Amino acid sequence: MAYSEDDLKKELKDQEYKYGFTSNIESEVIPKGLNEDVVRLISSKKNEPQWLLDFRLKAFAHWKTMVEKRWAHVSYPEIDFQNISYYSSPKAKKEVSWDEVDPEMKATMDKLGISMDEQKALSGVAVDFVFDSVSVKTSFQDKLQELGVIFCSFSEAVKNHPELVKKYLGTVVPPTDNFYAALNSAVFSDGSFCYIPKGVRCPMELSTYFRINEANTGQFERTLLIADEGSYVSYLEGCTAPSRDENQLHAAVVELISLDGAEIKYSTVQNWYPGDKDGKGGIYNFVTKRGICHNHSKISWTQVETGSAVTWKYPSCILKGDNSIGEFYSVAVTNHYQQADTGTKMIHLGKNTKSTIISKGISAGFSNNSYRGLVQIHKNATNARNFTQCDSLLMSDQCGAHTFPYIEVKNSTAKIEHEATTSKIGEDQLFYCNQRGISTEKAINLIVNGYCKDVLNKLPMEFAVEAQKLLEISLEGSVG
Amino acid sequence: MIKIKNLHANIDGKEILKGINLEVKAGEVHAIMGPNGSGKSTLSSVLAGREEFEVTEGSVEFDGKDLLDLAPEDRAREGLFLAFQYPIEIPGVSNINFLKTAINEKRAYLNQEPVSAKEFLGMVKEKSALVELDAKLANRSVNEGFSGGEKKRNEIFQMAMLTPKLAILDETDSGLDIDALRIVANGVNKLKSPNNATIVITHYQRLLDYIIPDFVHVLYDGKIVKSGSKDLALELEEKGYDWIKNESPL
Repeated sequence: MAYSEDDLKKELKDQEYKYGFTSNIESEVIPKGLNEDVVRLISSKKNEPQWLLDFRLKAFAHWKTMVEKRWAHVSYPEIDFQNISYYSSPKAKKEVSWDEVDPEMKATMDKLGISMDEQKALSGVAVDFVFDSVSVKTSFQDKLQELGVIFCSFSEAVKNHPELVKKYLGTVVPPTDNFYAALNSAVFSDGSFCYIPKGVRCPMELSTYFRINEANTGQFERTLLIADEGSYVSYLEGCTAPSRDENQLHAAVVELISLDGAEIKYSTVQNWYPGDKDGKGGIYNFVTKRGICHNHSKISWTQVETGSAVTWKYPSCILKGDNSIGEFYSVAVTNHYQQADTGTKMIHLGKNTKSTIISKGISAGFSNNSYRGLVQIHKNATNARNFTQCDSLLMSDQCGAHTFPYIEVKNSTAKIEHEATTSKIGEDQLFYCNQRGISTEKAINLIVNGYCKDVLNKLPMEFAVEAQKLLEISLEGSVG
Repeated sequence: MIKIKNLHANIDGKEILKGINLEVKAGEVHAIMGPNGSGKSTLSSVLAGREEFEVTEGSVEFDGKDLLDLAPEDRAREGLFLAFQYPIEIPGVSNINFLKTAINEKRAYLNQEPVSAKEFLGMVKEKSALVELDAKLANRSVNEGFSGGEKKRNEIFQMAMLTPKLAILDETDSGLDIDALRIVANGVNKLKSPNNATIVITHYQRLLDYIIPDFVHVLYDGKIVKSGSKDLALELEEKGYDWIKNESPL
């Protein structure tokens, strides 16, 4: 029988958190603690050029002067930055071909549904796999090379395309931007790099899979994506981590550069370990994601956030060029004791710039879910337009949903629309479904999926199915 | 098909049904009429299993099973269908997806294979024609943005798709113009068979011109106070509910 959606669901929920396994792969982990020597050590382990070490050291010097801002509507204990190891890499030498990849690592990839074999070849997705801090393997290199597309680990990019990295690194998210961006800039270990040349329409989805394996390590990866003039790329990002009782820190930085006439579609399914049902363990996900749009270009962020104990993340667009477009589509689910403070910033600088924000929050259990969004129209941004819709769905009596919209307009030609709704999942809707023979659990799935449809529709097909099932699992047993 | 014996039910401590007795056999159409507040909609809600109502006394046997013992979704899967007086909107969920889920839940309950895409689409085509439901509505979100008449037709469409043993139509005629009323009634009549039964709950005799009942019952103050043939409906129309109130021993 063919593999059905139900099979997928069963597979996904095999364990409470399917991705909670750890892989038995020998790693090299540097001792816990953070100081300038650690920063130097990371840089030297990666044989980095002097300019990159300088970048790190500058960021680190700045980070030391900063205090962590606590304006987000989330609470978590003080993080001891000296109790984290900042670098972990699988011990085996980096393999040249797929055949030489550590079998244990291959097994991990299989469990995660990433196999770099023909199956993926058929689905046409190029994958970069970041295990703990190190990028392991990037598939489809040859095919991408023909088109001049560069898709590789960050370290490889530093080695092979230093001019591009140097030109763009830190231009969208400066190392001084915020506490966690500064930390990331100092200690980032690897990540993904992508460059699409002028006029090229990338023929396949590019995908990065992030995985934290080692205990007591932080993951600090860096993604830099440049779409040159008139190019197009769709980029997917997935994240998982083992279930552990301790909280682990994930502080990534993603920078997107969309040059004149280019379009970047960036999709994330974030499923970091959320902690158990009593709120023990889970990932602290403090991520800075931002893109810059030049003339006539477009950046579209789509995110489905079901994981992490605490999420703090605002994928944003700087609409610098005239006629540029920024979009943000988000579904954020929190259950049990999860906390999420997420949203976007749309900074309108250019003329005729347009932005759309669709945010769907779902809170269940004792969780707290906040939307925080900034729409800023600068004084030269004539005829800027924004449409914002942010909806909250409550599944229980003990959860919280909050909306913090900020709107700053300095040009009178701006048109801004903001719609917001809060609703509790309806007894009437559930009974109506029951009366048609649909169980309450299935009814919730139907209603929630219907509620998120506008966002799920924006995801590439295979991601959308996975996201839908993740929603179901995250909300299992949340009503009644 | 269904045997209701001495059924009493409360909501918020207030007794609404005060001892209902009714038996409906396969192949029959029963009409339940009565003034506002007599307990008509409560009866349908209690049979469908709405939680707000508390059954304090009596029993309901449905096709040999204790209906009151079953969860609402299992009552539906056993073949009880309620056409809602006010159908509920479910934004973002297409009618098709909704019905496919419902049918497959029922099939799983009855240990049957899920419906195939081909078979399902065939059913949609056939059954939507039955109630003259625009094919476009089948793809729209459940009841969202439907007119009053479309919602009611959609209820009958769902009924046709789910092929219940017992259908309860709760004030399906309310808010319908004469054309929509005829379409809905036609749909119901076409679905009638010797193996299923229908309970029509209504205020007015008008619907009964189209759906001819075998029996008419008058519900008043939580009890069935009068039963008869379809002529009873005509008599009621002529004399009004005051006639019953005056005759009633209360």
